[in-house]
Amino acid sequence: MYSKSLVPLAVASVVTITTALVLVFFYAPLDADQGFVQKIFYIHVPMAIVALCGFVAGGVFAIRHLRSGDRSWDMRSYVAIHMSIILGLAVLITGAIWAKASWGHWWLWDEPVLVSFLVVFLLYCVYYPLRFSIEDPDRQARYSSVFAITAGAFVPLNFMAVRLAEKYTHPRVLSQTGGSLPGEMRLTFLVALLGVGLLFVTLWKLELTAKHASMQLKRLRNRARVAA
Amino acid sequence: MPALPLDEAGKYVAAAYVVFVALILIYVAIIGAKIARIDRQISDLVEDDE
Repeated sequence: MYSKSLVPLAVASVVTITTALVLVFFYAPLDADQGFVQKIFYIHVPMAIVALCGFVAGGVFAIRHLRSGDRSWDMRSYVAIHMSIILGLAVLITGAIWAKASWGHWWLWDEPVLVSFLVVFLLYCVYYPLRFSIEDPDRQARYSSVFAITAGAFVPLNFMAVRLAEKYTHPRVLSQTGGSLPGEMRLTFLVALLGVGLLFVTLWKLELTAKHASMQLKRLRNRARVAA
Repeated sequence: MPALPLDEAGKYVAAAYVVFVALILIYVAIIGAKIARIDRQISDLVEDDE
């Protein structure tokens, strides 16, 4: 059911990420201001963008669940949020490494980008205890969907707030005027973004496939128990 | 200039990319173990049925 096109997606992810790594280290020029440390940007920012999109996608799937009552949408929402939390953890760690290399500190509480992402990450960490504290599967799916929609709506608001707060000091990567990235850096960034996006979709499908197989197995066992 | 200069900056960049790769490998290993367990359980079920 979910395993359709998994192999081509996995191949596309590996090819795109490998291409992105080659571009990062052998094609993209060194940043005049930060030097070699700026290479962290090509992995940190795409992961952050994909994680935030994954949170929003979780909300969209949750809306479909509430509208249709089909629990497979809740499962899609759950796995999207789960994947985004894993990426979010990577974003926080790579962000701290970048901060240490650039500013000499692992974390700065007066940096709106860092703190706002942490707020989003912690918000979604609440999703697990909420979801798994409810035993009834229908109620669990319904309550989780309501949370996913509410939190999903908060993500773009949070992003916009940071953009507004940082418009004079934070470099714009993707803006209507083309941003401040030169051509080679922009191409490298876009390939890295595509690679991380493809990886996200591949792992999302892989986990959905595993969960679906597990549920099918449970059903078969119950049937075998009843037959015995 | 080498792709990864092993000075102070190079160590930070290497650490960031290692975090990314490690998290993906750990995740894939967990899912792989889960799929292997499901495969084993299906085999047990088929054996019981036979």
